[in-house]
Amino acid sequence: MLIRKAANPGYSEVTPREIYLNRRRFLATGSAILGGLAMPLAVRAAKLAAAKTAFNAGAEKVTPQNVVTSYNNFYEFGTGKDEPSKNAPKWQPISPWTVRIEGEVAQPKTLDLDQILKLAPLEERIYRHRCVEAWSIVVPWIGFPLSVLLNQVKWTSKAKFVAFETFYDPKQMLSPRQAGIQFPYLEGLRLDEALHPLTLLTVGMYGETLLNQNGAPLRLVVPWKYGFKSIKSVVRIRFVEEQPPTAWSLSWPAAYGFYSNVNPTREHPRWSQKEEQRLGEGGLFNAKFIKTQMFNGYGEQVAKLYEGMNLSRSY
Amino acid sequence: MNRFLSSPWTKAGVFLLGLVPLAVLVWFGFQMDLTANPIEYVTHYTGDWTIRFICITLCITPLRMLLNRPQITRFRRMLGLYAFFYGCLHLAIWVVLDPRQNTIPAIWEDIAKRRYITVGMLAFLAMLPLAITSTAGWVRRLTFKRWKRLHRLVYLTAIAGVIHYWWLVKSDIRKPLMYAAIVTLLLGYRVVSWMRKRKPVAEGTSQPTVSAR
Repeated sequence: MLIRKAANPGYSEVTPREIYLNRRRFLATGSAILGGLAMPLAVRAAKLAAAKTAFNAGAEKVTPQNVVTSYNNFYEFGTGKDEPSKNAPKWQPISPWTVRIEGEVAQPKTLDLDQILKLAPLEERIYRHRCVEAWSIVVPWIGFPLSVLLNQVKWTSKAKFVAFETFYDPKQMLSPRQAGIQFPYLEGLRLDEALHPLTLLTVGMYGETLLNQNGAPLRLVVPWKYGFKSIKSVVRIRFVEEQPPTAWSLSWPAAYGFYSNVNPTREHPRWSQKEEQRLGEGGLFNAKFIKTQMFNGYGEQVAKLYEGMNLSRSY
Repeated sequence: MNRFLSSPWTKAGVFLLGLVPLAVLVWFGFQMDLTANPIEYVTHYTGDWTIRFICITLCITPLRMLLNRPQITRFRRMLGLYAFFYGCLHLAIWVVLDPRQNTIPAIWEDIAKRRYITVGMLAFLAMLPLAITSTAGWVRRLTFKRWKRLHRLVYLTAIAGVIHYWWLVKSDIRKPLMYAAIVTLLLGYRVVSWMRKRKPVAEGTSQPTVSAR
């Protein structure tokens, strides 16, 4: 256990907020966005320039970077919170990283990471991120709307949902038996959710490319849903007619639904969802707990997607 | 060997060893190395050590019988009390440090609503009379026979503790499965030796001299 301290020497220091904000301002003014990912597949994060946008979590403090890089749910690399940051750095994402877009489309398409990065300017968005385990963080993600990527293909009128799949290599990752959930990890969104401007195709955070434990090189961030919906290390996107199976709801359907919108009124058998612990603020004796907001506080933007739906039934 | 087991120094050593997990935890605390979620880390840490000490305590009787060393029993009470001690810490962290359990109704709601907490509480409550009656005075007052029967409650703690762990993990059951195997082995040993004792003694030699508990 003592080794843990030495495991991530680069992140043992919390970046002071002032420095962090200044650097971001510098990057925002200085660059016309795409900073040409010099080493997108390197284990170490590379600097990544992105334009500052209006998306931010209000007055809420950005969570220290070392929290976000050391406390992860990425079951392919271990089911303990500290395991992905120990095991994932050894993994070399395949190069070139490609994403296959298929299913109910006129013409399936495979794009590599370089092609994807040229599709749209990168923006930084500070989102609240709420895990179903009743903790939350505030993260400055870098990416662009998923809709930009989806629009690279023409989907058919049959397409109602979009299914996503995480990279899986049984030789380097846990088996489904060990982790207790289905691999490759599966997620899905309704088409209108996937096209929603808040849904971010993410390639970086904190001004850098994503680290492996955070879903390098490419992940989704769906800020009004529980964290497990924000699928990591995406390799496949499939337009489908029927609601696709998702890894967590396959493992425990009563606890994890397809929608999994953040909802403080819907009890989870394991965790009360009324409150959340904001990580990185407060320690053992003064942990910070806050009320959980409906749709994680993004109701204004997304509530209309669910008009007329019974959200305690469609959880 | 017998001298080693009977030595007061050995007992003092076991006592100090039992404090090592706590010392390590405090050390991590001073190093600010309790992960990004200190409450969760400390809760899991003390829970782990509770079930470990329960298993260690349950090893005493089989060890004594297999090695034929009655002196080993000297350590049983202390080890059992360490299980209780870490169990108290585990419970106290949940009640005191986690602000979600800041009122009695909130605690009660969690116990009633979440089965892993219900069964965890059961495991803890079953330890309570054992800790209280752990003194020599209580053995005398209850008579050894009744005291022994009461202290079989530890089997309930062990089983409920494993179920508590099993129900609280999200999907990866490898660790609870390991504890389930250990507890099954330790309780299974008792069942087997109890059944052998009940059989009329024909072969004679293999029968354990002291009843299992």
